[in-house]
Amino acid sequence: MDYTNDPECKLPLALIVNMPELNENPFRSRIVESFSEDGMGNLSFNEFVDMFSVLSEMAPRELKAIYAFKIYDFNVDNYLCKEDLEKTLNKLTKEELTPEEVELVCEKTIEEADLDGDHKLSFADFENMISRAPDFLSTFHIRI
Amino acid sequence: MPRKVDLEDVGIEMDGELSDSDDGATQRRTNRRQAGGRGGAKGRGRGKKPASEEEEDDEEDEAPSRGRRGANKKKPAKKRGGGGDDEDESEDEAPKRKQRGGAANKRRGGKAQGSDKEDSDDGKGKKKGGGKKGGKKEEDKKGKKGDGKGKDADDDKDKKKKKKKKGDSSSDSSSDSDEEDSMSEGEMARLMEEVEEKKKLIGTIRNKPWRMKRRLVQLREAQQFVDKFEGALGKGKGRKWYAYKVMMTKKWIKFQRDFENFRTACIPWERKIKEVESHFGSSVASYFIFLRWMYGMNLVLFGFTFGLVVIPEVLMGLPYGSIPRKTVPRAEQPTAQDYSVLMDFNGYCKYSVLFYGYYNNQRTIGVLKFRLPLSYLMVGIGTFGYSLMVVIRTMAKNADVGGGDGGEGEFTFAWKMFTSWDYLIGNSETADNKFASITTSFKESIVDEQENQKDENIHLRRFLRVLANFLITCSLGGSGYLIYFVVKRSQDFASRDDLSWYEKNELELIMSLLGLVCPPLFETIAELEDYHPRIALKWQLGRIFALFLGNLYTFLFALFDEVNTKLEEEQAIQNASIWAMKEYYANYTRLLNDSESTPPPMDPSDVIRGPCWETAVGIEFVKLTVSDIQVTYLTILIGDFARAVIVRFLNYCWCWDLEAGFPSYGEFDISGNVLGLVFNQGMIWMGAFYAPGLVGINVLRLLSSMYYQCWAVMATNVPHERVFKASKSNNFYMGLLLLILFLSLLPVVYTIMTLPPSFDCGPFSGKVKMFDVIMETIDLDLPAFMGTLFSYAANPGLIIPAVLLMVLAIYYLNSVSEAYKNSNLELKKKMQMARDEEKNRRNNMDSTNQVMKDLEDLMPNQSLAPPAPPPEPEKTPEPETKPVKTKPGKGVNLQKDVALASPNPGAQRPVSRPPGPRGQGPGAGPGRGRGRGVPPR
Repeated sequence: MDYTNDPECKLPLALIVNMPELNENPFRSRIVESFSEDGMGNLSFNEFVDMFSVLSEMAPRELKAIYAFKIYDFNVDNYLCKEDLEKTLNKLTKEELTPEEVELVCEKTIEEADLDGDHKLSFADFENMISRAPDFLSTFHIRI
Repeated sequence: MPRKVDLEDVGIEMDGELSDSDDGATQRRTNRRQAGGRGGAKGRGRGKKPASEEEEDDEEDEAPSRGRRGANKKKPAKKRGGGGDDEDESEDEAPKRKQRGGAANKRRGGKAQGSDKEDSDDGKGKKKGGGKKGGKKEEDKKGKKGDGKGKDADDDKDKKKKKKKKGDSSSDSSSDSDEEDSMSEGEMARLMEEVEEKKKLIGTIRNKPWRMKRRLVQLREAQQFVDKFEGALGKGKGRKWYAYKVMMTKKWIKFQRDFENFRTACIPWERKIKEVESHFGSSVASYFIFLRWMYGMNLVLFGFTFGLVVIPEVLMGLPYGSIPRKTVPRAEQPTAQDYSVLMDFNGYCKYSVLFYGYYNNQRTIGVLKFRLPLSYLMVGIGTFGYSLMVVIRTMAKNADVGGGDGGEGEFTFAWKMFTSWDYLIGNSETADNKFASITTSFKESIVDEQENQKDENIHLRRFLRVLANFLITCSLGGSGYLIYFVVKRSQDFASRDDLSWYEKNELELIMSLLGLVCPPLFETIAELEDYHPRIALKWQLGRIFALFLGNLYTFLFALFDEVNTKLEEEQAIQNASIWAMKEYYANYTRLLNDSESTPPPMDPSDVIRGPCWETAVGIEFVKLTVSDIQVTYLTILIGDFARAVIVRFLNYCWCWDLEAGFPSYGEFDISGNVLGLVFNQGMIWMGAFYAPGLVGINVLRLLSSMYYQCWAVMATNVPHERVFKASKSNNFYMGLLLLILFLSLLPVVYTIMTLPPSFDCGPFSGKVKMFDVIMETIDLDLPAFMGTLFSYAANPGLIIPAVLLMVLAIYYLNSVSEAYKNSNLELKKKMQMARDEEKNRRNNMDSTNQVMKDLEDLMPNQSLAPPAPPPEPEKTPEPETKPVKTKPGKGVNLQKDVALASPNPGAQRPVSRPPGPRGQGPGAGPGRGRGRGVPPR
């Protein structure tokens, strides 16, 4: 990789995901994917910097919320639907919950945060919910 | 640059004026927003950068090219005219805008050729009162209009005006140059301000929610600008200071973080407890937190007791063997060092600093004249005072915490889902723990939720609960009667000698049998009630507590019996020894005819001595504590560890599945452990006065049990079947502790106030009552008036009013807190209502939050697409630019917060046709709101 001669080169997902800052993160591939322009997880230098800029301590809450939304939006349809929530939950708990429990949790989550009653979370719903979360800022950042 | 002075003036004037006309300002702001929204997603995405670039150009051009200035000027003016398309300007550009707004207005004022009525008005204004007036007037009018018509209408008007003004300005562009003066102070100040703004931008660019490319562009521009003008203005000095400030801020943040880490690291066993919590849930962790709290409190008690009583006695008191109370009696000496004797805390242990009897009644000891007896009494009372204070304070604090989290219920699962993973985790072990803890916390919440959802047969449930309570009350009453009966019997037995082994140990046997049988029985009965496990735990705790109170009661009963017999015995011995002493003195003076009486030359170990009931009581408590420790530890070792080992390894060669089947692994017994801890603490409180060393033993016990139990839990136990969340406050545990504290306070205070201390041992020997030592101190050490003061204070005439006052104060505070509680409830209701209302409103109203709207630019649907290339800045402005003043003085602050804004696409494209009917111009479709749809072209 010669960045000076070829500034347009991209790092593949597999490489980035293995860096120690991301290695343990259950959402690591989603993080990288949501910062990549092509959605496949290949990052140019600017995008890479973007990623850590958003995940830095200094980034404002709104910005973090947007990218958090993108990260949890597994199927990239701009809504957090049940399917996304199930995936999130299974990644968070290493699939230790029973299907009924997963179902219950997803139902409850949507019920809590869904303001417009479409049974999926739009960004507005997500933002409204996350802006009141006490530990969002403290957990959604990476120190490098 | 001569003209700038005027411009500046105008701008300032305008702002001043505007801040008065609030309505106009707000209206315009709304307009601006709408106009921006109308641009549509694409337009916005593209528009941002170019817009600011334009400004940039504008600024840079200004200085060198005078001729072009007029042209350049018009661009921003036009933009402004478009009903505030300048949303894209970041905060740093605000002042610039201000100035330009001023310029625009002036020009507007200068052009008095409007065909429209408004414009002609403007023109007139100019002629009469100069440029400022015209601007002002228009402003006012606009404001009024905004008031009168709806947003959309106003928006339209703005649009129209803009177009018209564009037309106007075209004819007049050359006249601009006439008004120019040379560069003046105002200009300088403005430029400096800009430079500052740019610098600020450079400093804060990291915080801007922009994509990296845009950031880079902005940064480069800002830097160029600063480089260009900073030198000219001689303003390089600030840079160092600024760099220093930035550095210090960073350092400060880092320091705060480190300090926070340090503070967390200072909390003992935090990691251990977190680990337990992540695997066993917060309910098990709450026991360990309670244990840690207990340890902290005991550490303080230990500090008091050892610092003020034990260590002074060891350092400054008489050494062992100097007086009878510090010597083992001759009869006991041969066995005094035997292991079994020492284990019973007899022999050397009994005559050591651990127990009450060892302390001398000398008023002051050592060169420091330390008043040991006084200090002993004070520490004894202070122990209770401190404990009460700490327990009650913790309870109050916990209650506070509990109240504060009341509103948290809104997003339990959502927050757990989206904010529980800590992105900082980079260690696989920590990550595993985190996974476990997240799973556990989800399970806890699920249990809570299922409890809420349970639709139940309320009548059956009630009946079962009443039945269960009835059964448990019966068994409690039964065991209470059993204890009473056995105690009575044992008193009868005490007077007999011919007892069998069973009769001797009947009391202990019955007690431990009850302790063994009843808790599981209660638990079984509690199944009937089908409470949430958290509430069930509370009931269980309360019931076992009531059962164990019987234990306590029998123990105290037996103890008082013992003390009474000892007191009688002591009386006899005291009389005997006084008689012997008198005899001795009589013989002594008769034989030697010497009135100087010296004590008989007797070895201290041969002196006749009383039974010293205080030490006996102390020994009882110490023995009890030690045996409790042994039993607890052995139970863990056998009941949990051995069981786990057997289940684990015998499972390979057994006929059924041991792990899943019958014996299985043990669960952590929260109620038993908490109660064990609470009762143990009660023993400590009761015994500490008679055995100062007990506190030290207890500290060791708590310390070791922290490690031991943490290990045992992690190694041998399995999580509860239904992992449940502990209540936020540990107040139930604290309440039990408070009850025990009160119960243990009673006997100790009773003995201090009423029983006579032993005549030959302990710090109070020779006094009628223990508290006489205080009287003595008041009489001897304090000035006389203090004595009288105390006697007045002890007067019933003062005490009764004081008590009355306290009762009144309690009543008052109570009613005040009631009132607060009510208003609290009221507020909560209101909040709930407001929330519902908001929910409803959100469903049918577009968000008007400016920042949110701007941030939508980064929304997933757009951010995956590459940012559109910036349209090239227009070098040849349309001659028809008619600026509209949009920079309200009031809006500065607001604009500062709005870092991003969506530009109106109309601002960038040249207007290529004359003003026409509304709705046809670029971006002139009114009432579109912030639709994300395609811009109307």
